[in-house]
Amino acid sequence: MNDHTIAAPALSAANYKSGYKPIWCPGCGDFSVLSSIAKALAMLQLPPHEVAVVSGIGCSSRIPAYTTCYGFHGVHGRSLAAATGLKVARPDLTVLVTGGDGDGYSIGGNHFLHACRRNVDLTYIVMDNHVYGMTKGQASPTTEPDWDNKLSPGGTGIRAFHPLVIALASGASFVARAFSGDPNGTAEIIAQGIRHPGFAFIEVLSPCITFRPEQRNWKTAVHPAPVGPTDDPARAARRIMSDDGFNIGVLYAGARTPYPLASGKATRTVQDLAAEFAL
Amino acid sequence: MERTLEEFMAQALAMEREAVERYTELADAMETHNNREVAALFRTMAGYEALHAQRILDDMNWVEAPAVPTGAWPAMEPPESVPSDEVHYLMHPWHALQLALAAEQRAEAFFGELARQATDEAVRRSALEMQAEEHEHVGLVQAWLAKVPVPSSDWANDPDPPRYMD
Repeated sequence: MNDHTIAAPALSAANYKSGYKPIWCPGCGDFSVLSSIAKALAMLQLPPHEVAVVSGIGCSSRIPAYTTCYGFHGVHGRSLAAATGLKVARPDLTVLVTGGDGDGYSIGGNHFLHACRRNVDLTYIVMDNHVYGMTKGQASPTTEPDWDNKLSPGGTGIRAFHPLVIALASGASFVARAFSGDPNGTAEIIAQGIRHPGFAFIEVLSPCITFRPEQRNWKTAVHPAPVGPTDDPARAARRIMSDDGFNIGVLYAGARTPYPLASGKATRTVQDLAAEFAL
Repeated sequence: MERTLEEFMAQALAMEREAVERYTELADAMETHNNREVAALFRTMAGYEALHAQRILDDMNWVEAPAVPTGAWPAMEPPESVPSDEVHYLMHPWHALQLALAAEQRAEAFFGELARQATDEAVRRSALEMQAEEHEHVGLVQAWLAKVPVPSSDWANDPDPPRYMD
């Protein structure tokens, strides 16, 4: 129909997906989050060897293996600690941290607070399904207090953790909420988080259709945040505390100076480091 | 929304590509869970959508298409993408075809609406062509559906379920 051609971008989303097939339950929201991460990296045209994906333990923490980036599938709840060390040692890398609500807010809760406080230039993507899926459906920190199931009859009765407010209060300089059922929108938010200098926290509502099949209804509950992001933390806190939990978008984008990083040049050799471990 | 022919074709291409990606993702997931029959069906659907995408590239003489802006779709995902949360590891080909049928019907309605809204004659003509193609696909999927057995009501029963059962 026309005779001009448009050059293909050097990297497409497919370039960021490894040959390993995810073992998640069919229908899991994490498939779409993986796709969104790949799309975001393609939008930014970041070469896979300049990106590292760090995770802890849980269904969503399997993501590093499903990408072609460098990956580190670490210890439960310690993904942010490992990622912080990596970013400080190799500031030239784009470091993404991925995991779930149990890994991030319970086992890794303290690391979460201090990663926000330090404001190291990381992008933390939490796939929140309000349940421990890998260990067969226990209540997690974000589970509703009245979620009735065999393992917590009548519900835990414990108020749910509010990760976005905690992140904001702890000093995260970018706070967003996304939904796995909107993979292109999520990709845009992840790309914005990567571009943002400092600690970017992105909570992705990602249904667990096996243990929380009612979460399929999230797709009718989510809606775009009625206003754009603010750089005023007090205003952001009021908005986040009073929303219905389904506002999607960047909710806060501040300008706090990120943790200072040295140059990416190594000052010691691998042999020097190895010598220090010699007994 | 006003569209040039290029923008319209880029959107059609994006829709086909996202459908390929979703069907491939579902085929992989079903293979992992040893539901080979449904995996093969999703893989076949991915192949059809990939052919459609290639045809758009060929027709437009494109190596790549312009990016489609955010908010270009009437819902969160392009109409031809099967919702990722409406699958089950024990689903039957009948269920998979129901999802495919709904996706083709959404695509047909989408192009019909674009044709109705188009102010550019070339866009309107192309949208009508696409609508007719999608209508043909609806018929093909319906014919396929007629050949597969309807699952029994206990199709999702698993003697060793992943979920904690009462």
